[in-house]
Amino acid sequence: MSRAVVTGLGVAAPTGLGVERYWAATIAGHRGIRRLTRFDPSSYPAGLAGEIEGFDAAEHLPSRLLPQTDRMTRIALVSADWALADAGVRPEELAEYDGSVITASHSGGFEFGQNELRALWNRGGQYVSAYQSFAWFYAVNSGQISIRNGLRGPCSVVVSDTAGGLDALAQARREIRRGTRLVISGAVDASLCPWGWVAQLAGGRLSTADDPAGAYLPFDARARGHVPGEGGALLVIEDERHAVERSAPRIYGEIAGHASTMDPAPGVDRPPGLRRAIELALDDAGLAPPEIDVVFADAAGLPDLDRAEADAINQVFGAGGVPVTAPKTATGRLYSGAGPLDVAAALLALRDGVIPPTIGSSPAADYALDLVTRTRAVPLRAALVLARGVGGFNSAVVVRPFDPGTDRATRNRVTGTE
Amino acid sequence: MPTVFTLDDLRRILREGSGETDDLDGDILDLEFESLGYESLALLETTSRIEREFGVVLDDEAVAGAATPRALVELVNTQLVAAPQAG
Repeated sequence: MSRAVVTGLGVAAPTGLGVERYWAATIAGHRGIRRLTRFDPSSYPAGLAGEIEGFDAAEHLPSRLLPQTDRMTRIALVSADWALADAGVRPEELAEYDGSVITASHSGGFEFGQNELRALWNRGGQYVSAYQSFAWFYAVNSGQISIRNGLRGPCSVVVSDTAGGLDALAQARREIRRGTRLVISGAVDASLCPWGWVAQLAGGRLSTADDPAGAYLPFDARARGHVPGEGGALLVIEDERHAVERSAPRIYGEIAGHASTMDPAPGVDRPPGLRRAIELALDDAGLAPPEIDVVFADAAGLPDLDRAEADAINQVFGAGGVPVTAPKTATGRLYSGAGPLDVAAALLALRDGVIPPTIGSSPAADYALDLVTRTRAVPLRAALVLARGVGGFNSAVVVRPFDPGTDRATRNRVTGTE
Repeated sequence: MPTVFTLDDLRRILREGSGETDDLDGDILDLEFESLGYESLALLETTSRIEREFGVVLDDEAVAGAATPRALVELVNTQLVAAPQAG
């Protein structure tokens, strides 16, 4: 079975636009959380967010695309461009159905929808943009990236909250196995607007803290919810043979394993599903727990959910048996964007032999986790990335460096020797 | 409310509603919208803006049949004459 490898990264995060800026800030432990500037949050209980600074869509995208796109779609389109450039792929050189787009979305284009609802309410139906028909829609990032790049293979969207970001990568891997040669996959979410804000407040998981340093503290006794952010990552995922044949400039690693599970319905006396997702993902990758050198946690930042995650990790790896980190403490939770961004961070961690820190948290001893709160340099063989979604979604992905294996022709092409 | 709809009105409304394309300022009267880079949804948005700004009602099928700026400008002006200042 052909392996799915990652050959390009496009990152947009509150801590940095572009892979290397994001990664440098992440390793340095810079915080991208601050008081909202996009709108005045003073009438809401929560006022902190991870906002992307300095993104000017008109700098990157044609004028035709601006009236028809939400902010999340603009960021996604540009991130996809960056991922393709990073991979050295010119999509017009692919055969028509050889490339596809599979993204995840948490809530669609909220800000666009808010503006059109306002127009409907204040001025009437004839003032609603025709582009509202798709600009709000969950699948719109997949569609717009597909149209812009002429990628007409099997395209789709996964909607399972934060878990969806990993589920999309898994779906990309399935399509690679079915014969698609290249998939742009991942997620970008951005709904930092009043309508998006009240929807998130209604979920009851937002931190109402005022101090950015004390607002989002997973696995800390002071944990009190999360801070939302905007952004995410898009990855170029390829059939390994395609990547090798075209002499891709680099192969960050392999999507080696994945599993998704559902939690039992509330009140049902069965354990939560995260542990099983971890075990199944490891099985899928053919790895035993001791071969995983770092876990990127979902890190909900609420005591019950932190407890459930710590228990699942400890049941598989033993108490304190594996380094655990949550670099999303620097960006806020990016919803569907979080998983792909964590996978990007995990691949960069494997590349550089360094675990990025969880910032702000003082780990509570009773979670019994080896929580990495200072950047840790250590050789890494494989990483596990976790994500959970509201409604009982659990998803786990295993990444490891690409091993060209014993086939000499493949190895030579990858290493550049003849 | 204006009583004449000009090519420059159309250019402005296309720009405002659907964004700029490279050729918009050129000699576009007889080029098809499709080749100018405006697909059916852009024309839906354009029609809606023309209707509310000029107080006319444009028939969907007639709009669909107006493949060029010249045809659309003529269609709007016909309506402006037929039903002046209905709104």
